[in-house]
Amino acid sequence: MADIAPVAGNGLLDRRAFLRRSGILITGYAVSPANAEPLSEAAWSKEPGTVVPAYGAPSKHEKAVVRTLSNPNGEPRNQHARTPHQQLQGIVTPNGLHFTISHGGNAEIDPAQHRLAIHGLVKRPLVFTVDALSRYPLVSRFTFVECGGNSAPMFSPEPIQASVQALHGLASCAEWTGVPLSVLLEEAGVDPKAKWLVAEGADAPHLSRSFPLGKALDDAMVALYQNGERLMPGQGYPMRLLLPGWEGNMNVKWLRRLQLTDQPGMTYYESRTYAQILPGGKAYQFYFVQEVKSFITHPSPGMGMKGAGLYEISGLAYSGNGRIARVMVSADGGQTWAQAALQEPVLPKAFTRFRIPWQWNGGPAVLQSRAWDEGGNAQPTRAQIIAVRGQTSKPPPVLAFPSQHYNGPTSWAIDTSGSVRHVYA
Amino acid sequence: MCTHNWKLVWVAMCFPLVASAAGPNLGQPLSHAELAAWDINVLPDGTGLPKGSGTAAQGAPIYAQKCAACHGEQGKGGISAALVGAPPMKGMDSPKTIANFWPYSTTLFDFIRRAMPFQQPRSLADEEVYALTAYILAQNKLIGEQDVMDARTLPKVKMPNRDGFIPRFPEKM
Repeated sequence: MADIAPVAGNGLLDRRAFLRRSGILITGYAVSPANAEPLSEAAWSKEPGTVVPAYGAPSKHEKAVVRTLSNPNGEPRNQHARTPHQQLQGIVTPNGLHFTISHGGNAEIDPAQHRLAIHGLVKRPLVFTVDALSRYPLVSRFTFVECGGNSAPMFSPEPIQASVQALHGLASCAEWTGVPLSVLLEEAGVDPKAKWLVAEGADAPHLSRSFPLGKALDDAMVALYQNGERLMPGQGYPMRLLLPGWEGNMNVKWLRRLQLTDQPGMTYYESRTYAQILPGGKAYQFYFVQEVKSFITHPSPGMGMKGAGLYEISGLAYSGNGRIARVMVSADGGQTWAQAALQEPVLPKAFTRFRIPWQWNGGPAVLQSRAWDEGGNAQPTRAQIIAVRGQTSKPPPVLAFPSQHYNGPTSWAIDTSGSVRHVYA
Repeated sequence: MCTHNWKLVWVAMCFPLVASAAGPNLGQPLSHAELAAWDINVLPDGTGLPKGSGTAAQGAPIYAQKCAACHGEQGKGGISAALVGAPPMKGMDSPKTIANFWPYSTTLFDFIRRAMPFQQPRSLADEEVYALTAYILAQNKLIGEQDVMDARTLPKVKMPNRDGFIPRFPEKM
């Protein structure tokens, strides 16, 4: 038996504490639970169950695990569906819960009629069917996709009381399978004058975004499958552009066309929507990268603590620049820190699950995480972000996007009643 | 027999010169004519602008009929964004408008043609898109009421905030 002493303030324990094989006596563990009810045969154990369905769905008891919708009646504007991080574990987002933003609804595409055209500054303009692309040697990779506007409520001058789903639900992670774009570009023959590609969807807004040729030849993919099955309609069925680690909107869904050009298109979404106004009136443009970030999902607002004792704190960390190298967690509002365990696999440009045991003494606590990636990039503090980027003059609506690309930390305050609340710390 | 083998050698030697070795080469050749209906990108230097032209006067009735329901009378805003006006750009609380934010006039043509009206995208003729572009630019006093917008004149309309942007990671461009 080994006593596990806290490694940082307010009860954070060594990240390996849960991994030790011998019996562990957690210091301060003094709860003596009442005896359990006698076990009995339940109704479902005493008769055959239901017919196995052709396509499975979660248990009826999990009906509350859903995305939140910004525009459930489909009014003529964009629609967002946010991932319920507080109800999920691991690093893979189930397909039905992957976040979606649609600027003109989800296109309903007949794959037999869909085409992908590659043209412009190429030697051989080409068009591909879905069947043709499906015959190419395929590659798979886990990668997150994050909306540039994820976490936008953090630009509020006061912490907005909302769930982790409302604050950070516009990021998800899946295994994507498809054709490396470099293979298709080699087939088309890139003209040396080409520097950019303009990607276009077959959805109603014909959403278009430009991205540099260097990214196209690096790790860009025309994705056909998501977690083993064909893409969901909200992810661009039958194909989407995947630019690992780059701004979600650039990962054009319902992809139908790639034009190689010598200049960016300066499309609506890159020259207006996803350009971030800075204090003084200039604006960032072509932000591209979703920088290193982390947040705690368990516990988080809406998940009350059930009495003092041992808990696991866990959350998500990711970086558009590569692998997560380290996540530090604080339980005292950033005064002291302990290193969290990183759940394998730790993959580049993918969600990484971090975990750390915590002995909650029932007193006030402020939980916070900070991540570093393998390139040495540190998740900045909120103060560092606001100094460069500014903040709103008054709290915006939780669904508003006053700016984008917020990657600072998020702090959860726990009070003696066990309720969890969003604070700036 | 001998001839047949030489054919195979010829194919093996020439194939890498005309196509990729990394894939099965299943792309089909695509001509300009076959692409035409999809070839709608307009670049900031005017590349891709079609034939045709339009003026603000021609655009006004089209705007009233097809745009005002969402964007309000004369572009003043409604359930969708205002298209006219240029409030000062101070920080993230400032609304982004065409006249105070958009760097290129060509984006207006490109976006109207590909995405508007919201319920019926790609229903406008190129002449109508030119006319609506002229109407919105004129309402913002970025061109004169009589100015004709076409493939030659539109790219020359310099937007007030052209130089207002900083690439975040220029080394990645």
